[in-house]
Amino acid sequence: MDRYEAVIGLEVHVELKTKTKLFCGCSTEFGQAPNTQVCPVCLGLPGSTGVLNKKAVELAARAGLALNCQINTDTWFDRKNYYYPDLPKGFQITQVFQPIAVQGYLDIKAEDRDKRVNINRVHIEEDPGKLVHASGSIMTSRASFVDYNRSGVPLVEIVSEPELRSGAEAKAYLEKLKAILEYTGVSDVKMEEGSLRCDANISVRPSGSAILGAKAEIKNMNSFRAVQRAIEYEVERQIEVLEEGDSVTQETRTWDESQGITMAMRSKEDVDYRCFIEQEIAPVELTADWVENMRATIPELPDARRRRLVDEHGLPDYDAGVITSSLSLAEFFEATLEKYEDAKKISNWIMGELLRLLNARGMELGESKVTPGGLASLLQLIDKGTISNKMGKKVFAVMFQEGREPQQIVKEKGLSQISDVDRLAEIIAEVIGKNPKPVADFQSGKEQAIGFLVGQVMKATKGQANPGAVNSMLRERLAK
Amino acid sequence: MQLFLLTAHEIHELLIKKEISAEELNKAIYARIEAVDDRIQAYITRTAGKALDQARAVDKQISNGEKVTPLAGIPIAIKDNICTDGIKTTAGSKILSNYTPPYSATVVKKLEAAGATIAGKVNLDEFAMGSSNENSAFFATRNPWDTSRVPGGSSGGSAAAVAAGAAVCSLGSDTGGSIRQPASFCGVVGMKPTYGAVSRYGLIAYASSLDQIGPFARDVTDCALMLNAICGHDPLDSTSAKQRAMDYTSFLKDDVRGLKLGVPEEYMVEGIDPDVRDLVIKAMEKLESLGAVVEYTTLPHTDYALPTYYLIAQAEASSNLARYDGVRYGVRTEGTGDVMDMFMKTRSEGFGAEVKRRILLGTYALAAANYDHYYLKALKVRTLIKEDFVQAFKRYDLLLSPVSPTTAFPIGEKMDDPLQMYLSDICTISVNLAGMPGLSIPCGFVGGLPVGLQLIGRPFDEGTLLRTAYTFEQNTDYHKQYPDL
Repeated sequence: MDRYEAVIGLEVHVELKTKTKLFCGCSTEFGQAPNTQVCPVCLGLPGSTGVLNKKAVELAARAGLALNCQINTDTWFDRKNYYYPDLPKGFQITQVFQPIAVQGYLDIKAEDRDKRVNINRVHIEEDPGKLVHASGSIMTSRASFVDYNRSGVPLVEIVSEPELRSGAEAKAYLEKLKAILEYTGVSDVKMEEGSLRCDANISVRPSGSAILGAKAEIKNMNSFRAVQRAIEYEVERQIEVLEEGDSVTQETRTWDESQGITMAMRSKEDVDYRCFIEQEIAPVELTADWVENMRATIPELPDARRRRLVDEHGLPDYDAGVITSSLSLAEFFEATLEKYEDAKKISNWIMGELLRLLNARGMELGESKVTPGGLASLLQLIDKGTISNKMGKKVFAVMFQEGREPQQIVKEKGLSQISDVDRLAEIIAEVIGKNPKPVADFQSGKEQAIGFLVGQVMKATKGQANPGAVNSMLRERLAK
Repeated sequence: MQLFLLTAHEIHELLIKKEISAEELNKAIYARIEAVDDRIQAYITRTAGKALDQARAVDKQISNGEKVTPLAGIPIAIKDNICTDGIKTTAGSKILSNYTPPYSATVVKKLEAAGATIAGKVNLDEFAMGSSNENSAFFATRNPWDTSRVPGGSSGGSAAAVAAGAAVCSLGSDTGGSIRQPASFCGVVGMKPTYGAVSRYGLIAYASSLDQIGPFARDVTDCALMLNAICGHDPLDSTSAKQRAMDYTSFLKDDVRGLKLGVPEEYMVEGIDPDVRDLVIKAMEKLESLGAVVEYTTLPHTDYALPTYYLIAQAEASSNLARYDGVRYGVRTEGTGDVMDMFMKTRSEGFGAEVKRRILLGTYALAAANYDHYYLKALKVRTLIKEDFVQAFKRYDLLLSPVSPTTAFPIGEKMDDPLQMYLSDICTISVNLAGMPGLSIPCGFVGGLPVGLQLIGRPFDEGTLLRTAYTFEQNTDYHKQYPDL
């Protein structure tokens, strides 16, 4: 048994999939020119007052329900006061005292063990703006700029209990959380666009101890893999500190991806945010009926879908797990299954070729051109022997890139084969019988006459024969 | 004919009879501003040019035979904590002394839609924090009845402008008495509507759960006309009530027979100037003689109102004023070190002493270690204070009281004693804590200085306030007296 135990809790910020901001009508669209999606409310101009976006409340409730939380039907907003240039009002509107959802859980599987991770709370809050520094940090840069397009974008913060014990568990938790939020339509969960961000609170303690050690909060992790690596690094670092007889400093640390280390950012003294009830946004009063209506909108979640793929379609549990880890993948799988019956074969192609190409190119499924119907047709071509399995992979790469039907690609690129040798032999015999002159020419040494005969065979097979094979079969026959 | 002495409804008659034009009217008011504002100092920003354009548009409508609203062409002064698109809005603070909003408050849009002209922006205690207008970062507005005295506050400029004939009506805001007290000091009608009756969108927040915009006018009829223009649900303000539009002039009846009026004894004892109390008693007797039933009653938690108010208002203020950090707008102190240094110097130099005092009070009340026994306790007491009113309104249609314990005091008298200044809010703050409507109407003079009578009503029962005030006005002549300027 390890001498130390890591205690890890995750705070995940997820951007809600709303068209407009939390308290005003500005667009939430990502990637627009700086400060073009702003108004008096999200700029915090003097005198402005906001009005709550109901869609954000719906999505937050849906997230809470999908994470097995209790919904607080009397919920309200609070202010968290602090000064920073990206915070236009000098306070963030969030939920401190009575979050919309509490006491949920998430089941994960990591390092071959099933585990239930309890969720402390899901609360709604507004995003601040974004700072851009001319160089370095806000303390060192000659100039800093603020883009308030993000200011007021609705988020939920999902706070786990400190029950994770390793980087691998944290990664599994995030993957499951991401899938659930994607399934429920709560968020786009795109880490690269900042619609999912994760901070980790990490401490270590002697195994068996019930006392929590001093914790470090790790920020700036830009992928699930980075979260895992950062946690693994930080746990080791803290253990070393303790082994040397020192104590861990309570602080905020930043993950440096290139060096693979965490670095001290600032000491984490207990900041007093002077939280109090927001008076400008009326409290949210939800009814039990409303909550039940929301519950009814929760679709089949990843675990249920995984079980169904195993039970109904006989997929191995591992395959079902991979395929249901993403809504788009699961939908792709099931749509293919409507046109092609061999679930395991589909799964092999999705897990093999499709994921390989997506990962190699760093793409999302939606960005590739391949369709479920296309994959089904391709598998049928292979089954019929029109093309080989190996050729199928080449065709699939073209479908992935260009999105055309496999039959068309096979035809254009001459990739098909008539593998039925007897049938091909019949056709060749016919062609020889109908073309005595070229046959005689070839047999008398006119090498180029073979080209005409191959062409005739290809014509008769509508291009589906392998020209090389036709050539050698013709030569074999005419040599007799 | 001195146009600047007329009420809006009197002017409206002249306008639609084409005896005067809106342009003439606005010019007359501007002439009056020119003549008296050196002495009164009500205006921070005058907007003559824009007002004349608006007036000419009204004249065109009238000459085309179009129907215009009762406020069409009427010059109205706006308290300078209410945002006006393209017109500087300072909140009486150095930190916003260069700030021009890119949008107008909902009330301003509504007044403009009704055809009113904006005479200008009028003075206030910085961020509406004060009872005398002496906390303005720019200058102290004077009381038109005695220019050595304060006009009250924080809406002192709004009250003084109307009393001096330098605007026909005006808008103020009332967080703990900031409309009613200056109305009382300046001898005009001032009303704080029910919390939620008027949109706060565009009102620079002091204490969001208490702030309410309301009108100043020379009589009750004008007050009703102003309410007609500014009340109503605003989808931009989450605290705005979903009420149906109503015609407040329909309540203007000379009849209080059968109304039951309660006089909270807590508002009639300690600290009330005996002469002021006598005038309130005379007003009670007047209303009784007109057929109302008047009795003494009690609001038992009144003693707690002042500390409750100062905890809640200052806690909210400390947060509401956090945005003035020099980053996006307003005055920034240049040549500072890092960003925290910039925040601190900007705020240290940009805010006045009273604002800093209140930010400190509020910050202290909200500190995590103090939250439960200050802020949270204040919220609990607030519900008890509200309950006092709920109980009283089971027995009475209205409550009557003084507005302020005294008449207007001399400039400088209370500046060194903030507690004494806070005590002058004693009769008005509970009304904000409870969210009820309150109105101040002139009820006499002490030593040549006006005294106001406060009427407090049930939530959204502005109608009964107006009816009672109108009846009182029809049977007295205090509103027909003007300061000699």
